[in-house]
Amino acid sequence: MSTLAVHDHHGVEHHDHDHEHHHNETFISKYIFSMDHKMIAKQFLITGITMAVIAMILSILFRIQLAYPDKSFPFLETLLGKNFAPGGRLDSNFYLSLVTIHGTIMVFFVLTAGLSGTFSNLLIPFQVGARDMASPFMNMLSYWLFFTASVIMLSSFLLQTQPAGPGWTIYPPLSALPKAMPGSGMGMTLWLISMVLFVASSLMGGINYVSTVLNMRTKGMDLWKMPLTIWAFFLTAILGILAFPVLVAGVVLLIFDRSFGTSFYLSDIVVQGQVMNFEGGSPILFQHLFWFLGHPEVYIVIMPAMGLVSEVMAVNSRKPIFGYHAMVYSLIGITVLSFIVWGHHMFVTGMNPFLGGVFMITTLIIAVPSAVKTFNWLATLWRGNIRFTPAMLFSIGFVSFFISGGITGIFLGNATLDINLHDTYFVVAHFHLVMGSAAIFGMLAGVYHWFPKMYGRLMDEKLGYLHFWLTFIGAYLVFFPMHFMGLDGVPRRYYSFTEIESLKQWVSVNTFITWAAIMAALAQVAFLFNFFYSIFKGKHATQNPWGSNTLEWTTPVERIHGNWPGEIPTVYRWPYDYSKPGHDEDFIPQTVPFSQTMSSNLPHDFEDSPVGDQEWVNTSKSNEHVK
Amino acid sequence: MGFKTLIKNKFLTALFSMLMLSGTELVMAQDANSTNTATGDQSAQQAGMWTSVSYYVLLFVVVCFAVAVVGKILRVYDLTLQMQRKKGINWNNAMAVAFLLFLILGLAGVYYSFSVQGSMILPEAASQHGKTMDTMFWTTFGITVVVFIATQILLFGFVFYYRNSDKRKGYYLPHNNTIEKAWTIAPAIVLTVLVVFGFFSWRKITNTVDAKGETASINIDVTGHQFAWEIRYPGRDGKLGAKNYKLISGTNVLGLDFKDRNGLDDLHADTLVLPVNKSVRLNILAQDVIHSVYMPNFRVQMNAVPGLPTFFKFTPTITTAEMRSRLDQPDFEYHLYCNKICGGSHYNMQKIVKVVTQAEYYDWLAHQKPYLNDQLKKELKMADATEQKGGENKRLALNN
Repeated sequence: MSTLAVHDHHGVEHHDHDHEHHHNETFISKYIFSMDHKMIAKQFLITGITMAVIAMILSILFRIQLAYPDKSFPFLETLLGKNFAPGGRLDSNFYLSLVTIHGTIMVFFVLTAGLSGTFSNLLIPFQVGARDMASPFMNMLSYWLFFTASVIMLSSFLLQTQPAGPGWTIYPPLSALPKAMPGSGMGMTLWLISMVLFVASSLMGGINYVSTVLNMRTKGMDLWKMPLTIWAFFLTAILGILAFPVLVAGVVLLIFDRSFGTSFYLSDIVVQGQVMNFEGGSPILFQHLFWFLGHPEVYIVIMPAMGLVSEVMAVNSRKPIFGYHAMVYSLIGITVLSFIVWGHHMFVTGMNPFLGGVFMITTLIIAVPSAVKTFNWLATLWRGNIRFTPAMLFSIGFVSFFISGGITGIFLGNATLDINLHDTYFVVAHFHLVMGSAAIFGMLAGVYHWFPKMYGRLMDEKLGYLHFWLTFIGAYLVFFPMHFMGLDGVPRRYYSFTEIESLKQWVSVNTFITWAAIMAALAQVAFLFNFFYSIFKGKHATQNPWGSNTLEWTTPVERIHGNWPGEIPTVYRWPYDYSKPGHDEDFIPQTVPFSQTMSSNLPHDFEDSPVGDQEWVNTSKSNEHVK
Repeated sequence: MGFKTLIKNKFLTALFSMLMLSGTELVMAQDANSTNTATGDQSAQQAGMWTSVSYYVLLFVVVCFAVAVVGKILRVYDLTLQMQRKKGINWNNAMAVAFLLFLILGLAGVYYSFSVQGSMILPEAASQHGKTMDTMFWTTFGITVVVFIATQILLFGFVFYYRNSDKRKGYYLPHNNTIEKAWTIAPAIVLTVLVVFGFFSWRKITNTVDAKGETASINIDVTGHQFAWEIRYPGRDGKLGAKNYKLISGTNVLGLDFKDRNGLDDLHADTLVLPVNKSVRLNILAQDVIHSVYMPNFRVQMNAVPGLPTFFKFTPTITTAEMRSRLDQPDFEYHLYCNKICGGSHYNMQKIVKVVTQAEYYDWLAHQKPYLNDQLKKELKMADATEQKGGENKRLALNN
């Protein structure tokens, strides 16, 4: 596999080797234990989609409970068994398990592994011009650890006691005391094991992404010529590498507290009348460790989506992304700042209030790079020539969600306002819009846009439109009213709102939200059908269906091992030369040298690369010479 | 194309369908078994359930077919147009118009939401700091709502206005540093204002030390355990007695340590009663898992953490009676409820809070039972006796 390691100058010979190798592949080495980045990307994607569908069904189950707290649905008892839904009503502990597993799967398994795993794997080698990842074997291992983690997480539904139930943030002591709730027993153990494997998978992926981006770029691809997707994946991977180990540390200490009688997080506890021996620990310590990962985690979720959307938007607006440098610097700013804002999740958890004040300041600073990015996207659309492919629709939806969900962050980041809003539905609305829906839309935009690179076929556009509109409208109908519930003081993770007098007025709104959620969930059938049908029966794609500049569209449609049949192309320009005045087509791929586009070159083209400048000056001179 | 052949393999397909069939049979068989044991009423219910499930499934299939039919019709229509050498449906324009419609209907929806659901939010703040918070909330709201509407209009406006046309090209505008600086600095300034405003009110709210010259706050203990709140008032001495979690038992639910004399006159209450316009300091504790004291009417929230006492100081300003007449709800009550996931009955861990006048408060306080009740006294005496005995034994042992 030497061909996969570096950009070689003997590509043709190696290609022959690859070609032979291709024929020897068995079903297992090609589809299961594959080391090809494209296949691993597809494995991540399909596993991610499966997990997303499961987590979505879980959310519908608990939405039904919230809409009809007093009704029984015998169907649920048949589906879930007498333990989880006695008499057709969800058990209140199982409700919390549903919420927990929904959150865990969506945040980690779908929006971290499903998103980064798919698109970092697919696009990093493609867009930087490499034959594969730095370590294809580790890449394969990363997928299989992720797969194992997914299986373990789901297997907790087979337990007679319930799956993990203390919320996706698993705050001890609730998660540390098996007696405190059924969901803190064996289910919690499986959750912890699954997460340790997941983090290992994530780290392997992340190290691979970083090393590939840093070491395996093709000739001419300097950092300032990388598409924003690559910048986003690169910075996301760095975030993951630095943040995830802290979660493992926290989780391992929790395992010690649960199983070996230590007191890292526990002190002065009497559970169900039994005095426990724990002394001297602090539950706040876990929250610090958790959110030290947890906050970067939300940027791990959103940054790849930002990258994908920036790329899709530039391609389909037929316009360079506005402020490429500003986009990169704001990504870097978000990356750095995301490590010093975690305390805003803990304003009222008993953390020293002085720290709350500090974290409030850092939190509101991070809103600035996010605002810059939003304005840049708007400026990219301005005076564009916008084509509405399904990918573009989802990108526009992304920006809309990012704005709607982002500005509510200004309320929550303000410690004073957070006193009243912490842990209410306002928070639920906020993060489901800004990180849930937005990131999912970024991911879907990516799927629609790069489907041809994965399967050589196109997805159906009309079904894509239907999918987009139902999901877009559905998501707003679901999450917009939740802001108001939160402002009235409706707490999240409540099994029903009928017990407390002042919350009863929101039951009708809950019913409405549930029906909107069911509609949005059913709309995903359009996507699933489109996706799987198009894999086998979709229209064949051309090599560069979207008229795009980046390197992946210079590879053949057949998706061969090693990506390019001959030598890896050299890169001469940045990836956003769309609608450049003076050029006859509205895009100039990165592989076209400036010497071939004399009519459209601008001084701006050479700001980042003195070498290119020299080349241009030289060719200009030699041209003059000829004249 | 190993996967393709796998799919095409007829034997495997047949096997798969067999599996599905037997699977359904299995489910049905189980169903039959359960109905056999169950009463006739239940079996009827089960049958009803399956009819309704299949009804909804069928409904969804019908909808899918309808969508497919509409899709086909559109396609045929499109093709006939093309055959007549006319332009087909311009989906690009259709999407642009759809976005414009979404913007208009969306703004209408936002207006509706703000006016209908917006009128249900933020019950009148019944505490001093709550007023400050609400001012800050509405300031932030004013700023953000303008930004929200403006950016959404720009987004969908651009999307509609600059939809694809063959007649023009996109405008090549890679960057403009002046604009970039402007929209970095503008949000930074606005956020600075909000931060400064927020920072100082946060410091003020969380400063729970009684200032010099200020009358001391009333100290009240609120202790959370699965799934209830225990409330303890200081007695005549105004001081709460020390506690030790190891002493917690069925009778001594809070684990009061009576070696501390201050605890002897403490009161155990079942409602949180607060005098109006008097500073109250809630000492918040938890015994098993994290709970959270949440009283949205007073804009109060603080987690109750086992092993880490927290507190919240505030001054209620409106009595329950006054609030009842203001809201015209004769049965209105303030509530304290748990806002940190704490187990199965998390959703029903509540306490009624009453704000009363000073006189009513003293009257109520005088009628509260002391924490140290007769049963507890008896237990303590017995414990004392055994302890003394144990002490003597030890001394004896030492002498030997």
